[in-house]
Amino acid sequence: MLTLVLFNVFNGVIIGLFYVLMALGLAMILNLSGVINFAHGNFLALGGYFAFMLIPYIGFWGALVVSPLIVGVIGLVLERTVIRPLYTRDPVYSLLLTFGLAFIIQDICRTVWGSNGLPLTPPDSINQPISAQFFFLTGYRLFIIGIVVVTVAALFLFLRYSRMGMRIRAGTLDLETVAALGINVRLLRSFNFGLGIFLAGLAGVLAGGQIGLNPNMGDDLLLPAFIAIIVGGVGSLIGTLIGGIVIGVAAALTTVFFPSGSEVVIYVIMIVVLLVRPRGLLGEEGMLT
Amino acid sequence: MSTTTIGEAFERRGSYRDKLALLLIWVVLLTVPLWLPAIGGYTSLAARILVFALAAMGLNFLLGFTGVMSFGHAAYFGLGAYGCGLTLFYVTNSTLLAILAGILLGTIGGALFGALIVRRKGVYFAMLTIAFGEICYYIAYSWNSFTGGYDGLRGFQRQPIHLGPLVIDIQNNPTVFYFFILAVFAVCVGIMALLLRSPFGRTLIAIRENQRRARFLGIPVERHIWMSFTISTFFASVAGALYALINNFADPTTLNYIISGDLVIMAVMGGMRSFWGPLIGAAIFVALQDYISSATVNWMSFVGLIFVIVVLFFPRGVLGYLRRIPL
Repeated sequence: MLTLVLFNVFNGVIIGLFYVLMALGLAMILNLSGVINFAHGNFLALGGYFAFMLIPYIGFWGALVVSPLIVGVIGLVLERTVIRPLYTRDPVYSLLLTFGLAFIIQDICRTVWGSNGLPLTPPDSINQPISAQFFFLTGYRLFIIGIVVVTVAALFLFLRYSRMGMRIRAGTLDLETVAALGINVRLLRSFNFGLGIFLAGLAGVLAGGQIGLNPNMGDDLLLPAFIAIIVGGVGSLIGTLIGGIVIGVAAALTTVFFPSGSEVVIYVIMIVVLLVRPRGLLGEEGMLT
Repeated sequence: MSTTTIGEAFERRGSYRDKLALLLIWVVLLTVPLWLPAIGGYTSLAARILVFALAAMGLNFLLGFTGVMSFGHAAYFGLGAYGCGLTLFYVTNSTLLAILAGILLGTIGGALFGALIVRRKGVYFAMLTIAFGEICYYIAYSWNSFTGGYDGLRGFQRQPIHLGPLVIDIQNNPTVFYFFILAVFAVCVGIMALLLRSPFGRTLIAIRENQRRARFLGIPVERHIWMSFTISTFFASVAGALYALINNFADPTTLNYIISGDLVIMAVMGGMRSFWGPLIGAAIFVALQDYISSATVNWMSFVGLIFVIVVLFFPRGVLGYLRRIPL
């Protein structure tokens, strides 16, 4: 029983980390640009597929770096071409646009790589089980945890201490003032958008190695990522981080005791949080709300 | 001096042109069964357009006339469909009771959830509405024994309606069924128009234009938004109940956020500042989708492109576009 619970908690942490990577990117874009990026999960899928294409040439390690970068650049280009003109308009337009992009990217993935799943095999060196008793502790899963921890730590350090990061945080609070202080807000938003998409691409490569690739692999992660943001509190990236892991673990634990409820439990958590603490666990009053 | 344009004519009353536009809409809707087959359509396509138009107009009550963005109206559409379907399947043979049950389920769901989120603003509000839609989706999806799960709820049939000695055979006669839907549509649209012309409707428009100023005037903004949200979900659930009757089927995809997105694009495509805009948007979108999905396997790309093109090039929608052309 203990092994079963541990197994599910561990699984939950892994899934939660994917939620976290998704949700952090989504939240950064939401906070600074006010855009709910419906295509976020499709950028994740693109990340996985690009890695699949790149691995024969530059290996898994190369693909792990290059694939998210390519996806990030695609995100950057889309931001500059089609999303930027919508900043001054009603938020419904950017929502609809990313909604349309999600359809298009998903269809492209389906057409190019087929609607059946494809495997993305991590190198053998990290794909070994570590312990016989705790069979679920494969090297790849520990590797995922390591990469996500390093990435998230780097992201928070960047946002906290670098000049660009401070500007992003300041822009989240009051973009007008930041612009008035002479900072190029357009560049800031483009960069921030690209960074958010980069995180989705990275999650795509990691998730591809864990659960395989298929054209709508991101769809199952998108809504939980929304919930992670709502539960954690809009405007707080730390909250998003906690929210993602909490709902990942909660869903996995529910699988042990009440399998059919595993999907619903994250929504129950959301409703409870909304009733008890409407701004989310770490949300600040007045942030976007 | 005439400054009226076609678009304005669709939404204002008074001049003879406006009455003409209104007349045109109703003549077209009433004569559909006569000419639609001749141009390659079929009556149930028209019925579907009407149903989506009703849902999109209901959504637009909130989106276009209160200025509050919901991206989760599929929830109430789907609740209406399931409420209607489940009632026909488990409880009764009465189509009218089933519709009523669907409306109740959707509207109560909307009222409760609306109360929970009404203080949230903007995109955050939209995100919460999406989440609620997904809750309903997962419940319908995973409650196999009750809702039929992934396969949807099959095995119910719409039944002829008995009104005293009068029997309306909506079961076997598609034309009668179309007119039944049109009648429901007309009643709902009438209610909507009356609401919008009432002081209550004017207050909603004031909230849309300047929420802060409305608050300073002493208008209880949250309560009005909640009422508008609930009314809006009422229309969506009426449409959902009718949708279940069209298909004799309720499936989880009616609750999916894709339907929510479709409803929003219908409203925007037709013109979300116009009363009749969503009807025109629904007609274009449903007909296009019907055609594209049978013409190509890459229909998703084309539907996505419709979204992108409308947003980038026709943000005011068809009626907003026509408004610039003098009549």
